[in-house]
Amino acid sequence: MTTDQLLEWTIKIGVIFFILLTTVAYLSYVERRVAGWIQLRVGPNRVGPFGLLQPLADGLKFIFKEDIIPREASKWLYLIAPAAAIIPALMSFIVIPFGSSVTLFGREITLHVTRFDVALLYILGVGSVGVYGVMLAGWSSNNKYSLLGGLRSSAQMISYELSLGASIVGVLLVAGSLDLVTIVEAQGATSGYWLGFIPKWNIFLQPIGFIIFFLSAMAETNRVPFDLPEAEAELVAGYFTEYSSMKFAMFFMSEYFHLITVTSMATTLYFGGWNGPFIAEYPFLSLVYFVLKVFIFIFIFMWIRFTMPRFRYDQLMALGWKVLLPASILNLIVTATVILFVN
Amino acid sequence: MEKALFIIIAVIAVAAALNVLIQRNPLYSALSLIGTMAALSVLYVMLRAQFIAAVQIVVYAGAILVLFIFVIMLLNAPKQQLQIDKQKGLRYLAIPLAGLLLAEAFYVVWRVQDIAMPVVKEGEEAVGTTWSVGVALFTHYLLPFQVAGVLLLMALIGAVVLARREGDK
Repeated sequence: MTTDQLLEWTIKIGVIFFILLTTVAYLSYVERRVAGWIQLRVGPNRVGPFGLLQPLADGLKFIFKEDIIPREASKWLYLIAPAAAIIPALMSFIVIPFGSSVTLFGREITLHVTRFDVALLYILGVGSVGVYGVMLAGWSSNNKYSLLGGLRSSAQMISYELSLGASIVGVLLVAGSLDLVTIVEAQGATSGYWLGFIPKWNIFLQPIGFIIFFLSAMAETNRVPFDLPEAEAELVAGYFTEYSSMKFAMFFMSEYFHLITVTSMATTLYFGGWNGPFIAEYPFLSLVYFVLKVFIFIFIFMWIRFTMPRFRYDQLMALGWKVLLPASILNLIVTATVILFVN
Repeated sequence: MEKALFIIIAVIAVAAALNVLIQRNPLYSALSLIGTMAALSVLYVMLRAQFIAAVQIVVYAGAILVLFIFVIMLLNAPKQQLQIDKQKGLRYLAIPLAGLLLAEAFYVVWRVQDIAMPVVKEGEEAVGTTWSVGVALFTHYLLPFQVAGVLLLMALIGAVVLARREGDK
């Protein structure tokens, strides 16, 4: 490992960290504007032009709020929980390829922090570890609403992780690799087109897998219609009821990080990642395509959030175990059989 | 560099494992176990077994221990402070068994002096990658793999039977 390489990694991680934090801050703004637009309201529009400085104001507010630790809370776990939620949420980004390679300062720079043989398993792993933040927050607050929220959330995340994982295996069978960079490159222009114009994206090979992935991902991010862990009407705010100030903001941010992760995964696995026209001539375009695709997905997630009512808890579990899991296993069997006969 | 990392990780793993036993609150024990699992995963990465390392995190830290903690939270243990039944007979049995285990560990350390690290190879020759693990499972170890699968299925069916109450039809 040379010093140059180390420097490149450090800079990449720093830049991604900065971009993610900014994006998360502005996603809260976008979310409220989209909500306002869908529900025929205005949304935040007072702070700065079009309310664009609203995230800044919110951030300042979070910092200056009083930080309360409940007297009966188990103190250490209460302090650790927000970190346990946000660290795994940030960790998954190091393997996501957000562009092809560009030449900067006379050096070819690949637009992903690292790539390794088990990148996809790594994302699933850190995703499943993320549930600890939620569980610990719910338990350590010593509040029945928090505890119920934490329990619901862990049950939901365990249930939907299975169908999420099983739906991804379909893509693995098609791509023959767990490395996200290889999966993206396999969907690129170099592998040709179907009928001359349809790009070889996995969505055309795995439509059912994608639907299962999409629904499971929505459940994993705890968003409406799967937001049982923090159902306001029943549980006040769920697992972070007792949290205030910056600790509350950390849970808030980790949910948006999860949102960006799953939308990036959907883009990478099913919609060709950074692939698009003219990327061979202008490599910077790949970055634009990736961001564009991710934002379309984020918009769809928000659209669903403000259009759908919430599931009942038993419906949620029935959907996960009785519909999505069998469907994903069936999808796996069919995919494997077809691949066996085609090759 | 590698040796220093190994010592640090090994110390973390052993300390977390000891903490599992020392803690009186089952939740803290379960949380320490996560530390052990994470440290083991790092050791697997150092042994070039990325697949096993990732599976270690996904299965143990991500699923099994989540279930442990889930059950502990459901029972809400801190209120009741589960006391371990003082069964005198078992305690006297535990000492020779622990001694036997220690003796085995020392025997292994004594017999196995120097193990060569697996040689890093590329492509199809590489050890520890998803590809090589998959090929090994479905060719050389096919029968044990299938037997383990059937065993797990039996456990699953058993759990379903036990969970079903008499009245449910």
